[in-house]
Amino acid sequence: MVKKIYLHLIFLSFFFIKEAFAAESGGMPQLNPEFWVSQIFWLVLTFGIMYLVLSRLILPKISNNLESRKSQILENIEAAEKQREDSETKLKEYDQIILKSKTEANAMFNQAREKAVKDINAKRDVLDKQIDDEIAKAEKEIQALRDNAPDKINKIAIETSSELLQKLIGAEVNNSSISAIVDDLSRRNGDKYYGN
Amino acid sequence: MAANPMSQFDVYRIGPEIKVGAFDISFTNASLFMIISTVSILLIFNLGSKKNSILPNKIQLLAELSYTFVAKMISDTAGSKAKPYFAFIFSLFMFVLFCNMFGMIPYTFTVTSHIIVTFVLAAFIFIGVTVIGFIKHGFGYLKLFVPSGVPAVLLPLIVVIEIISYLSRPISLSVRLFANMMAGHTMMKVFGGFVISLGIVGGWLPLSFSVALTGLEILVAFLQAYVFAILTCIYLNDALNLHH
Repeated sequence: MVKKIYLHLIFLSFFFIKEAFAAESGGMPQLNPEFWVSQIFWLVLTFGIMYLVLSRLILPKISNNLESRKSQILENIEAAEKQREDSETKLKEYDQIILKSKTEANAMFNQAREKAVKDINAKRDVLDKQIDDEIAKAEKEIQALRDNAPDKINKIAIETSSELLQKLIGAEVNNSSISAIVDDLSRRNGDKYYGN
Repeated sequence: MAANPMSQFDVYRIGPEIKVGAFDISFTNASLFMIISTVSILLIFNLGSKKNSILPNKIQLLAELSYTFVAKMISDTAGSKAKPYFAFIFSLFMFVLFCNMFGMIPYTFTVTSHIIVTFVLAAFIFIGVTVIGFIKHGFGYLKLFVPSGVPAVLLPLIVVIEIISYLSRPISLSVRLFANMMAGHTMMKVFGGFVISLGIVGGWLPLSFSVALTGLEILVAFLQAYVFAILTCIYLNDALNLHH
């Protein structure tokens, strides 16, 4: 119902507009040539001035601004890139330094170890030599003792035999005869006694 | 009806009558709004280009976005050869856009709703493009009317059609803008009239229509300025890079 009224009203108003147009002398004011020349004149004037000012003064400035911003951004990017490269080379240098110091430290450690080993070896050699000397000396002493032992034993044997004989028989026995016997015995059985 | 919906297009004299010879060049409301539009454009873009900061402020951003928008539109449609005509197309787009937009404010006058204004602009573009075409290609520009790959039998017909379509460019260009502006504003006026005549009871529906139409007309105001500029670019492209 309301819709119908609306449609009616719309239709009526269009009718009304038409009547109003009819009432106007020229219909559309756009087709009235009274001010055409004035409009053309003012259009050319305003548009021309605007075009001149825009093209000569304002647009070059805007394009300049855009260009300078672009170039500045590019410069900044370049600078950042350069700094990045710098830091990368520095990082590489740092790595190299660390590597170098590591190898140096390794070399130093090896050297120290070698030196220590050499020292130890030298000391051991000296000690070994000392020990050998001592052993040799001891052996020599032993040898000397051993060399002297049969004579002493022979002497002891002679003395004991002569004393034994004296106690047993009560007579003095010639030492030389006893020693002859002992010598003979020891020569015969020396091997058995001394285990040479 | 409160008022005639066409009366918003009336041109009337402001101040005294100025005559140069037989011509009446009096200052009118149309002249006033042309001046308001151009002064606003110059003001905004002057403010937007004054300082050059790396982080642009709002008005600088507006100016630079408009600049890049129009520059991209031209390079997309007419290529790099159209660079010398950038300032003209930029001025044209801004002038039409600002005139359309100022017309959206109630009680203002829409400069572009007058056929004579749009026709002068379109005729200037048409003549300019034709002159550029003949300068660039000499009489070779006439090849524009002879599309390649058309059978010889159809050629006479096609050439006639091409010539008619070429000659009707200024008319279609000017009438498109003028008719869009006039129709939109008339429609808004009519719906505004309905709000008054239907009163507090029935006026709500046309009022909501009016609100929606205002949004639509703002869109149309921008779109028609864009279409006007982009068609100019396309015509320029025909003159600069002969495709046919």
